[in-house]
Amino acid sequence: MSLITEAAPVEVATPKPPAPRRRKAGGTPYAFLAPALILFAAFLAAPIVYAGYLSLRKVKVSGLGLGSKARTEVWAGFDNYARSLSDPDFLPSVGRIGAYGLIVVPTMLGLALLFALLLDANRTRAGISRVARVSIFLPYAVPAVVASLLWGFLYLPRVSPITDAFEAVGLTAPNLLSSDLTLWAVANIAIWGGTGFNMIVIYTALKAVPSSLYESARIDGASELSIAWRIKIPIVMPSLVMTFVFSLIATLQVFAEPMTLRPLANTISTTWTPLMKVYRDAFARNDLYAAAATSVVIALATFILSFGFLKLVGRRAFDQED
Amino acid sequence: MQKSKRSVSATILLVLGAVYCLIPVLWVLIASSKSSSELFSTFTLAPSTHLWDNIVDLNDYRDGLYWRWMANTALYAGVGAAASTLVSAMAGYALAKFDFRGKSFVFNLILAGVLVPGVLLAIPQYLLLAEAGMTNTYWAVLLPSFISPYGIYLARIFAAASIPTEILEASRIDGSSEWRTFAAVVLPMMRTGLVTVFLFQFVAVWNNFMLPYIMLGDDRLYPITVGLNGLLNQGANQPSMYTSVVTGALISIVPLIALFLTLQRYWQVDLAAGGVKA
Repeated sequence: MSLITEAAPVEVATPKPPAPRRRKAGGTPYAFLAPALILFAAFLAAPIVYAGYLSLRKVKVSGLGLGSKARTEVWAGFDNYARSLSDPDFLPSVGRIGAYGLIVVPTMLGLALLFALLLDANRTRAGISRVARVSIFLPYAVPAVVASLLWGFLYLPRVSPITDAFEAVGLTAPNLLSSDLTLWAVANIAIWGGTGFNMIVIYTALKAVPSSLYESARIDGASELSIAWRIKIPIVMPSLVMTFVFSLIATLQVFAEPMTLRPLANTISTTWTPLMKVYRDAFARNDLYAAAATSVVIALATFILSFGFLKLVGRRAFDQED
Repeated sequence: MQKSKRSVSATILLVLGAVYCLIPVLWVLIASSKSSSELFSTFTLAPSTHLWDNIVDLNDYRDGLYWRWMANTALYAGVGAAASTLVSAMAGYALAKFDFRGKSFVFNLILAGVLVPGVLLAIPQYLLLAEAGMTNTYWAVLLPSFISPYGIYLARIFAAASIPTEILEASRIDGSSEWRTFAAVVLPMMRTGLVTVFLFQFVAVWNNFMLPYIMLGDDRLYPITVGLNGLLNQGANQPSMYTSVVTGALISIVPLIALFLTLQRYWQVDLAAGGVKA
């Protein structure tokens, strides 16, 4: 919790005049909050505590391991962590996810920012901009599983138009599902799926700025590029920070895309990403303890990265008041 | 001169982006018109005439299991998002419009919840629901979707921005109960914001894969994502299934795309400020 209060200090409510009189009303707010708090406890807090607990437990087999009493759960200290961190499959999956994140997050947010700025600068060409905006946003409506399925077929050498294009100009087409390109193939699916949503978020922030602000800069002789760089990007910075944090969290949990591509690409192992390893440990190997330990490690890494980033840019996690 | 040149290059870049985003959609539209032999033999972007046959095949697959997946998905996303919107509206209203002990603690808890990676939750949620005997039921997918910390965060901002305290006072002086005030005054005023909260959760549940994949064993309970994933896996041994997979993928994205196009204005979300600029 301390991390959170540090990065997102409790609100400094600066009541606007006239100061809204908030009601002190006994049990009423608690009654309104009750469903949220009960669900929060059951489906967020309890699972987190339980994951932490499981990660510190193990099964002890006594005797021949037969009968229901032969297997008992005992404390394991940090054994599961040691085991899961030293698993030969773990580090490669972390390395892969790191490289994947380095490709996806900057490319996706870079494109989102570029398109948002172009849409904003192109306010005059309303027709084309509108079509482009809707088209680029469209992939957000396509579930990751379906997106992976569509791209998966487009990557298959027997189906791929990319292969056709290469062959048409007399070149050998790369196999996009070969081991050195799979990472890029999966990254492309995430970029395709995520750019539009982030573009809309940034574009919305840009639209809130009155055009008169740019007009005066233009009169002062500022170029479009310097207006974008000096005025627009600083204005959308809070949105960029938030989209970055959300993208980071989503990236570290990539699961649906590689799971869907697996039947099409034998280069994707069952432990291709850390989350796939968690799934394999829990359900294919029935080793819930190692799975819990690995998921705690991924969650901690996510927290450290997102709060580290927020600290680095010196921002609070969220605007606290309207 | 200078200005119009720049505008042309901006337009070209935007069109390129749009083409990149539309290619897979265009491909699935064309591919679903091909028979299973054509899928792997004819030119990728050459359409054929078998769309209806493919839909019939898909329909015949295990007595229309596909449509059941679609109905399940609509149920999971619709009920999940509706419940989550109501829960978020109540909590957001309480956090925005009341003073009470523990308020900032609750709010910080919600903020922390926004940043909790789902990976940490999936397995313990499965185990806890298994304890309760609820895995492999509709509840296993529905209940976890009822809580959305981000929805509560948004609802709090919408409530603070759209409900004047004076109106609440007036309603109370009229002798209206707190619950009635909420239902008759607060909810209608938060309407626009709540549509956004609903859409966010609707899309999140519709697109979710890992939770139902873990929770459900019976394929009659699957949502479309898990169902299509299963079909694709069967295609590895039975390539004729691929046309059903492709046709199924096409049909599955139609409802959500339609929803997006009709409700576009609700997507003007300012993530950082949380407001909807409609």
